[in-house]
Amino acid sequence: MAFTDMRNWLLDESPASRRQARWGRIFRISLAFRGNALAMVGLVIVLALIAMAAFAPWIATHDPIAQDTYARLRPPSAANWMGTDELGRDIWSRVVFGARITLAIVILVAVLAAPAGLLIGAAAGYLGGWVDRVLMGITDIFLSMPKLILALALVAALGPGIENAILAIAITSWPSYARIARAETLTFKNADFIAASRLQGASSLRIVVGHILPLCTSSMIVRVTLDMAGIILTAAGLGFIGLGAQPPLPEWGAMIARGRTFILDQWWVATMPGFAIITVSLGFCFLGDGLRDVLDPKSGEKH
Amino acid sequence: MTPIHIDNLDVSYGETQITHGVTIDVEEGGSFALVGESGSGKSTVLKAIAGLAPEWRGTIEIFGKPRSHGIDAGFARTCQMVFQDPYGSLHPRKTVDATLMEPLNIQGLSDHNERIAAILKDVGLDNRFRFRYPHQLSGGQRQRVAIARALIVEPKVLLLDEPTSALDVSVQAEILNLLKRLRRERGLTYLMVTHNLPIVSFLCDRLAVMRGGRIVETADAENLKKGHLQNEYSRELLRLSAPPAV
Amino acid sequence: MSAPLLAVEGLKVTFPSPSGPVDVVKGISFELGRERLGIVGESGSGKSMTGRSILGLVRAPGKVSATRLEFDGIDLLKQGEKAMRKIRGARISMVMQDPKFSLNPVMTVGEQIAEALVAHKRLPRREIAARVRAMLEAVRINDPDRVAGLYPHEISGGMGQRVMIAMMLIPEPDILIADEPTSALDVSVQAQVLDIIDDLVRNKGMGLILISHDLNLVAHYCDRVLVMNSGRVVEDCAASELKNAQHPYTRGLLAAQPRLDETRDELPVIDRTIWSAA
Repeated sequence: MAFTDMRNWLLDESPASRRQARWGRIFRISLAFRGNALAMVGLVIVLALIAMAAFAPWIATHDPIAQDTYARLRPPSAANWMGTDELGRDIWSRVVFGARITLAIVILVAVLAAPAGLLIGAAAGYLGGWVDRVLMGITDIFLSMPKLILALALVAALGPGIENAILAIAITSWPSYARIARAETLTFKNADFIAASRLQGASSLRIVVGHILPLCTSSMIVRVTLDMAGIILTAAGLGFIGLGAQPPLPEWGAMIARGRTFILDQWWVATMPGFAIITVSLGFCFLGDGLRDVLDPKSGEKH
Repeated sequence: MTPIHIDNLDVSYGETQITHGVTIDVEEGGSFALVGESGSGKSTVLKAIAGLAPEWRGTIEIFGKPRSHGIDAGFARTCQMVFQDPYGSLHPRKTVDATLMEPLNIQGLSDHNERIAAILKDVGLDNRFRFRYPHQLSGGQRQRVAIARALIVEPKVLLLDEPTSALDVSVQAEILNLLKRLRRERGLTYLMVTHNLPIVSFLCDRLAVMRGGRIVETADAENLKKGHLQNEYSRELLRLSAPPAV
Repeated sequence: MSAPLLAVEGLKVTFPSPSGPVDVVKGISFELGRERLGIVGESGSGKSMTGRSILGLVRAPGKVSATRLEFDGIDLLKQGEKAMRKIRGARISMVMQDPKFSLNPVMTVGEQIAEALVAHKRLPRREIAARVRAMLEAVRINDPDRVAGLYPHEISGGMGQRVMIAMMLIPEPDILIADEPTSALDVSVQAQVLDIIDDLVRNKGMGLILISHDLNLVAHYCDRVLVMNSGRVVEDCAASELKNAQHPYTRGLLAAQPRLDETRDELPVIDRTIWSAA
């Protein structure tokens, strides 16, 4: 009974308070999201990644950096589910701990790049004029350079390491967010509801933060989620060429790089972390697609 | 002191001059209509007054105070606007409550809850609508919210940009009745842009007919009702909007 | 009158919704001869869906069903998409609300009208040019040769709507369905466009279905009027008899419009509770 009460409260067409209205909207979005099977698969994968990262010490069967030269390059078995690498480390445990690094990269890039891009794009779009020209000029300079090359140059300049790799990826990914935010802002800028709040004396800051950003965030969340796959791949790429995470950190890209030497005889060394990368990338793509279906303001404002 | 005094107003968008020497006076408590077809510059005059079309020369005075070219919070307390399209004039992600809260916050007014409840009642929406999102409202209900948003800061002048042209006939009647009642109860002064002469006849007491950015005729609504417009173009508009015998 | 051009019986248009299927059109019936029929209603009355369902233009997931939907002896519901394409344009045409979205922006006006013609008939090139020219003249475009060479963005809204009408009428269809053909236009242009439609429909002896929210307009340009409200026809009468309408909804609609010589202090508002319970 309590459950149906709760449901009715959430789906009430005439909410009685701000809180009820907000929760009702969230509930409706989650109902729509639940109807999308692929998106649910994506969500499960991403939740699994988070769980893996959070409970890595309990999920892993071995110490991820403990070497055992007697047990080098063993194929997958009951003792070592994904086999062992050239230093006898358990690949399963390394993949599990690698989830932490991957998650850290993804979260930090999202936290650094998305808000910066959002703010720069919204400001440029709303204020227009020379502010727009300067901000978008800078954005274009960054956009005109290939992402991976720019990240490479930055890491080379800052020195190899996981922190610098994250920084480099963040610096290379904000411009595309700024572009999107600006485009979105331009479509809303001349809307009557913006004109109405200008007439009420709202400052530019209030309009950008209070009116325009909330409209851009949903498409930004979608975009960032879809970009996650690319970010993971870039991080793996940097790891692969040795500019990302440094040994003995169990970063997936770096693991593939080391496995490359044995790819023909001991396929599992490179394949297992590759598998992890593919699964997580796909998970974020599915999740992003599903989020786009329920959040995108252009696909109607049903929620 | 006249609520709206406009003298020799030339509004431009970049290189193009839209209006030429528009002169209007609206007395306190009056309801004035700017009539014309698209491209006549009637909405542009409204935008210039509101501060949404900052490139103009001439005089705009609201209650004797010269209007600046931008928008300032003080002006907002005197003059508000209702837009044509009720689907575009409400923020799609804000509840009615949040939409009405914002002007109160900007103007630093207190008693938020009481004011919102009172204005909703005044525009004929009961409390069930207070926490709905715009997509949960019909066109007429949205336009009521837009009117409530304009009136919640208690302005003396209301600019109306084709407030009912996006609505169905039966809903239009409700909104027109509402606008008429609010004007009477609150002593508001209206400046309305429309292309619909019967609406002018119902809601306004004076009108100016615009064509190509110029006013071709200013007349009392009484003359409109009797069909006594002088200008040739005004008479043409009148002929076209006279309903065939139904 | 001979057998009707179009016979509609028990037409239903259904859309699925989270709370089960919803009938947008709830089983309406009418016949159309070589006459001018007006369908009036407010938004959500199902008037546009009625027009679209005749041409098979109701998009999925919408479903059209009828006990009878017959055009000139052809059962429209049994025609496949390919057969419908032959009927659409050639025999039944439709003019939509906004010319801006209906014209191809990268083709000249003349090319588009010519294409509408050759899509249904094979003709020598000179003949096509002559027909396009004649059609543009018929929609009262003064210098057809110049206008034929223009692109849609170079012409005004009223001109665009006239071009649309030219496109729709050049294959000489039997029925023209005009869905709010002038509501995006200014009053002065509105009258012109409707007069053109009226002229052509009468001269060619076509059937016209004029769909609009505007009672006066429909009463002026049609012989017969159907008033629709939430998917049902509530009034079916001769246009000249509209002022004697019986249904409270029709009467309410008529009364709710302000008049030029308005003396009422308050407009009567439709009380939907009177009949919606029935």
